[in-house]
Amino acid sequence: MGMTGKVDMSVSLGPLRLSSPVATASGTFGYGMEYSGAVDYSLLGAVTAKGICLEPWPGNPLPRYAEVPGGLVNAIGLQGTGVEHFLEKTVPFYDIRVNRPLGRKLPLIVNIWGKSVDEYAKVASLVSADASGVVSAIEMNVSCPNVKAGGHTFGQDPAVLAETVSAVRKASSLPLFVKLAPNVPSMYPYVKACEDAGADALSLINTLPAMVIDVKSRRPVLGNITGGLSGRAVHPVAVKAVFDARKATKLPILAMGGVYGANDAIELMLAGADAVAVGTATFTNPAAAGEIYRGIEEYCRENGFSSVGEITSAANPEAAR
Amino acid sequence: MLNEKATVARHEDIGSGYRYLALSSPLVSSQARPGQFVHVKVPGLEDSALRRPFSIFDADGDMLTLLYKKVGRGTAALNLVKEGDTVEVLGSLGRGFPAACSGTALLVGGGYGIAPLHFLAKRLPGRKIVFAGGRTESDILAADRFAALGVETRFATNDGSLGEKGFVTLPLDAEIERLKAAHEPFELFTCGPDGLLKAVADRALAAGVPGWISMDRHMICGVGACYACVQKTVRGNSRCCIEGPVFPAEELVWE
Repeated sequence: MGMTGKVDMSVSLGPLRLSSPVATASGTFGYGMEYSGAVDYSLLGAVTAKGICLEPWPGNPLPRYAEVPGGLVNAIGLQGTGVEHFLEKTVPFYDIRVNRPLGRKLPLIVNIWGKSVDEYAKVASLVSADASGVVSAIEMNVSCPNVKAGGHTFGQDPAVLAETVSAVRKASSLPLFVKLAPNVPSMYPYVKACEDAGADALSLINTLPAMVIDVKSRRPVLGNITGGLSGRAVHPVAVKAVFDARKATKLPILAMGGVYGANDAIELMLAGADAVAVGTATFTNPAAAGEIYRGIEEYCRENGFSSVGEITSAANPEAAR
Repeated sequence: MLNEKATVARHEDIGSGYRYLALSSPLVSSQARPGQFVHVKVPGLEDSALRRPFSIFDADGDMLTLLYKKVGRGTAALNLVKEGDTVEVLGSLGRGFPAACSGTALLVGGGYGIAPLHFLAKRLPGRKIVFAGGRTESDILAADRFAALGVETRFATNDGSLGEKGFVTLPLDAEIERLKAAHEPFELFTCGPDGLLKAVADRALAAGVPGWISMDRHMICGVGACYACVQKTVRGNSRCCIEGPVFPAEELVWE
């Protein structure tokens, strides 16, 4: 066992090279700057921005979340200022607040969604045309349970998924991630649809459709009635989804879902993930991603792995290679 | 904004479910401004609950004091912390009250909504009158602390057990009328239940004076990242944690 020596913590997600296998998950880290002061950016591999669409979007009525045992049910509803404001104001601000103090470019993955295939393509094309070089990749949200017109409808039918991913692929030259839902009978047709349509990587998993009812008022708690479950409870679901997806594809996988500590991250990597993203855990512990980085590094050192990439799929004998 | 491991210096039960929590938190305390809040990782619930936001009752040197009421799972767990325990505090957060006021400052608090008004009363220069309301006498908090600051106080309780019988708007309206009749300038500052906030905002708009309204909302992240704690304003859905919690009365849209 190699107890000394440096562990290579860099990973590749298709065309994207990350210095750390730990990223932040969309919707839990704003636009990358909100937690500055409580986060060590040097230990992050990438930041995933909150979902953006073509026009400003107001999001869902309150209440927008309910705390449940093992996690959080949210129905924020993708509130955002729209792609134009994002590129004009947010992206330059990210460069100043995150990249400049860090002294290097921390890859910014931009999560996008639309209400039609055309909208997805339009947003992707605008993001791709951004000349600043700050945006490193696009993550397509085709699985948000909280927006009726968009989000998950594009991820529930493999044919529609293929059409949407194809359209975005044609519209953008940036590395393309597709974020999938785990609540499907089989990951296989969805993974294949993404692969065939030209996706560079998969993000797994989105929140699970969920609901909470107040027994006193006998009414649903959330303003949107239903929401998406995240947090510790969804972690085993994510492990299974990654395990299955890895058997179906060689595409790089960025895994998220209940990553609170290094062991949660390592488990997802053993199932087949190339990198992980921290989401709901950040809300309680803004330093979680950095602590997870240290924990993975320690695990590699103690178990004789000289590179973090070696643990990917180590528990998945049927992994596509 | 930073995340500080604070040490519990004092945890005082003042009855009826209310407590002061004094934390040695030099970094957060030194940057705290009235109307801001801290997002507290509740010991014992780190793995099973989100952080909880609390108004800052006082920031004095290294010492940061919160005044809270046991209302649910988070505050019930917070009740158990003891002197010497470590409590992680993310702060100081949000946009607080303005640092100056033209004329008399009328500070209107309901229940534990009085908490940020104490810090404000301490820092805001000029004449201040505190109006505190609650259901009964035990809901009128920190009267001794306001007295120690030398600030005038007026009380109202629903059952008449302390001060006027009725809502706190009774003594407030009397004072507003007096100031208006004397052509004296004033501003309104408030924190408490939504009904009170709207009542104070309405009075500020009607009188044509600035009204500073501190919204109390459940929060997930506390830093503007998640968009859970929005309040409808003239600009759309604004995040209470970062665009507030203090909003000018004319910006709020009530539903």
